[in-house]
Order: sequence, then structure tokens, then C-alpha cells
Amino acid sequence: MSMMKKYMFLFFILMIPVLSPAQENLLDMLDQDSKSNIDYATATFKSTRVMNGHSVERMPGGQLDFRISHRFGRLNSGAYELFGLDQSNIRFGLEYGINDWLMIGAGRGSYEKTFDGFAKFSLLRQSSGARTMPFSVSFLSAVTLNSLKWADPSRTNYFSSRLSYVAQILVARKFNQSFSLQLMPAYVHRNLVATELDPNDLYSIGAGGRIKLTRRVSFNAEYYYLANTKKYLSQEIYDPLSVGFDIETGGHVFQLIFTNSVAMIEKGFIGETTGSWGKGDIHFGFNISRVFSLKKNK
Amino acid sequence: MKRLIFVVIITGLFIQASGQKYITKNGYIGFFSHTPVEDIKGDNNQVASVLDISSGEIVFQVLIKSFRFEKALMEEHFNENYLESEKFPKATFTGKIVNPSAVSFSTPGVYEVEVEGDLNIHGVAKKVKEKGTIEVAKGNISGNSKFSIIPEDYNIKIPNVVRNNIAKTIEVTVNIKYPTSGNQ
Repeated sequence: MSMMKKYMFLFFILMIPVLSPAQENLLDMLDQDSKSNIDYATATFKSTRVMNGHSVERMPGGQLDFRISHRFGRLNSGAYELFGLDQSNIRFGLEYGINDWLMIGAGRGSYEKTFDGFAKFSLLRQSSGARTMPFSVSFLSAVTLNSLKWADPSRTNYFSSRLSYVAQILVARKFNQSFSLQLMPAYVHRNLVATELDPNDLYSIGAGGRIKLTRRVSFNAEYYYLANTKKYLSQEIYDPLSVGFDIETGGHVFQLIFTNSVAMIEKGFIGETTGSWGKGDIHFGFNISRVFSLKKNK
Repeated sequence: MKRLIFVVIITGLFIQASGQKYITKNGYIGFFSHTPVEDIKGDNNQVASVLDISSGEIVFQVLIKSFRFEKALMEEHFNENYLESEKFPKATFTGKIVNPSAVSFSTPGVYEVEVEGDLNIHGVAKKVKEKGTIEVAKGNISGNSKFSIIPEDYNIKIPNVVRNNIAKTIEVTVNIKYPTSGNQ
């Protein structure tokens, strides 16, 4: 009889997995499996620009971004100039994602009749799950060509004098669905500067962020601190501060922006911002981004 | 001793019969939205699912971020604006085959079934009852279904500007193949 009890005991032990609630188990079974995925943070920013400057975002492979950006004149220029709207600076750009970690772009801006080209590399992507990476990191390398007529054609002018270079590291974290923050140290080298007082090398550190107000609208701000001593420069230079909104509608992103800078490329806004927020030298402007899909996803 | 072996074997058989669960991690769920303006198609080949053939119970788990689209921007909008995948990372279904007796899991063939349960998308759970088929073949069992859902039912808001681009009802296709040979 004691033998029989032993068998009964064994029987029940073996039955236990069968008796536990089945459906709970089924989802749990799947939960354990899904933890092995890497979950990448997406859309840290809506666009490849925070405001004037770049964000960590890049165009995915095969996507072409056509950008039109405007900066109007200064708000404090008064009603005669329709608060700056009579003047306009513009940049057109075509920017393309070669693959999922490299994008290139070229543009032409009316500020100093500048052609610009850049490459942005996506080095690290913020992720959670199977691999945890707290930040996204991108590297930006840009070259700009000032195509204004030479100020003094009688002297020897070198083509290289037209060029400036930018190197920038972009480090960003999407803290949650609505809040992202970015830090971006930047180095600008200008081959030719206006006077001996002006440094060829500029060092700057920028900070930018966004707060999503609704699913399609976010508030963005961006500030660059210029580390060079400003009081010895040949003209008064201010740190660029920009605030505005990203508005997304289907395939477009509109960025409405208020900024003290008129240039839309790093070389211009980091070292050549002559407007001051305090004096009301504020430019209204916008960026329009329209993305075309040249390569279809498999 | 013989009796012991007998009991163990019987018990083992019992467990086999009642715990026959088949699992897959790469099932397919896709959806399709058709409007005169544009067609939007999302494909997910990483659907996890378990089918318990003894009870007829069936569960699905779909990672929203694993849907792939023709355009990268569609994928971003799908995750950011519509499904809010950061807040609601997955959609699940837990339910059962209403008529499990109609299916003979040991005989190859196609069987009409009806599945009933809770479909949870975008944090909203709804009772659904949809028709489908179970196909028993050598080495695998597949479950197939096609049905429609209405985004508004799941609190997925579509703003007026894109109202003409996104269909009122979205067609969902389910195509899950559970391997039956090899490890469970």
C-alpha cells in the first residue's frame, strides 16, 4: 500500500505542470523570448536639424530629404520692413541617406552665397533590451564654400580662402517619448578671416532639446556657446539661440523658428551671429523638409 | 517494479497529450490600408505565437516596432503618431478556437475554425471573434486568417490632414506556421 502511495505522489508531481493555468503560461512563454530583441530608440528628433544645427537623426537608407529654409530680417526693423519679412535669406538643400549609418547632403545658401556639403555618420544608436546603450552618437563633417566676389580682386586671391570646415560630435538621449536632449561640441576652421583679430579656429559647445507638446508638434530650443574670447573680435558676435516648433504633417516637417542668427549652416551661426536677443535682433524663419523615398524597403 | 514503470509511462502520456503546445517566433501579421490617395502596407515577420492543440488556446504577441513599411517615414509615423510604440510596445491576442473538435491535429488537411478572444492594440482590449483556417501538414501546423479592424476602436486617432490617406477599416492578415517536428 505504501508503494501505491508513492506512485500516487509521483503521479501528482508529474501532473503539476499540466494543472497550472495554461493561458498565463502561454503569454509568459512569449515574454521570455521577446527580451532577446534590441530595442532601438527612434525619432529622438523629428528632423535632421534641431533648429539651425544638426540633430543626431539621419535620413534612413534610400530616403531623400529636400529642404527649403528661410530666415527673414530682424523683427526690430519695424513696420516699414514688415518686421523683417521684406528681407529673406534662403537655403536649399538635398540630403540623402546612403545607408542606415551614413547620410550626405549639399546645399546653397544666400548668406555669403555659400555652397555647403556634409557627411553625417551615425556611430552609436540608443537602445535597450538585449543591448543597452544610453546615447545616440553621430559625427558631422562639413565643408562650406563662400562664393562671393573677391573683396579686392587686385591682390592674389586663393581658392582655398573660400573654404571653411566644420567637425561636430552629436550626443543625444531620448529620455522618454516627449523629451530628448542633445549636446554637441563643434569645431570650425576658417581658412580666411576678416582681420587679424579674428581667430581661424572656433570652439563651441551646443545644447539642444525638444519637448513634444502633442503627437505632431514639439517645442525645440538650441543654444551654442562660443568658447573663443569674444571681446577682441573685429565685430560683435553673439551666441546663437534658437527656439521654435516642429510641426509634422504626413510627409512634411515644418520647423518654425525664432533665432538671432541669419545663417543656416554651422560655419555661419557659430562664428558669425551678429544679432542679439537682448536688442530684439530676432529673425523669424522656417525649415520645410519633404522626404522622398527613392529606394523601397524590402 | 513493472507497476512503477507502467504508472510513469501512463503519466508521461497524459502530460504529452494535455501539454501539446507549439510555439513560433517568426509568424507573419500584416495590415493593409487602401485609399485612392495611397496604399499603406505594414509587414511583421517576427510575430510570436503559441498554440495549445489540446485546449485550443492560442496567443499572439506582436512587437509594434517590428512592422516594416515601404517608406521609412511611414514606419516612423506608425510608431510615433499612431500606435505610440514607446507607450504600447506590443499588441497581444489571447483566445481560443471556438470549435476545436472540428480540427484533427493528427490528420493533414485544412479546417475551418472560429477564434474568439481579447485583442489588445494600443492599450485598448476588445473582444473579437473571427474566422480562419487551420492547416495541418507534415512537420507543421499553420493558422491563417483575414479580418478587418477599425483604428478608432483602439483609440488610434487619425487627424483630418491625413484622413484621405488612411482607410477607415484596415485589413489584417495573419499567417502563422508552427513547426511540429523537432523541439516544442
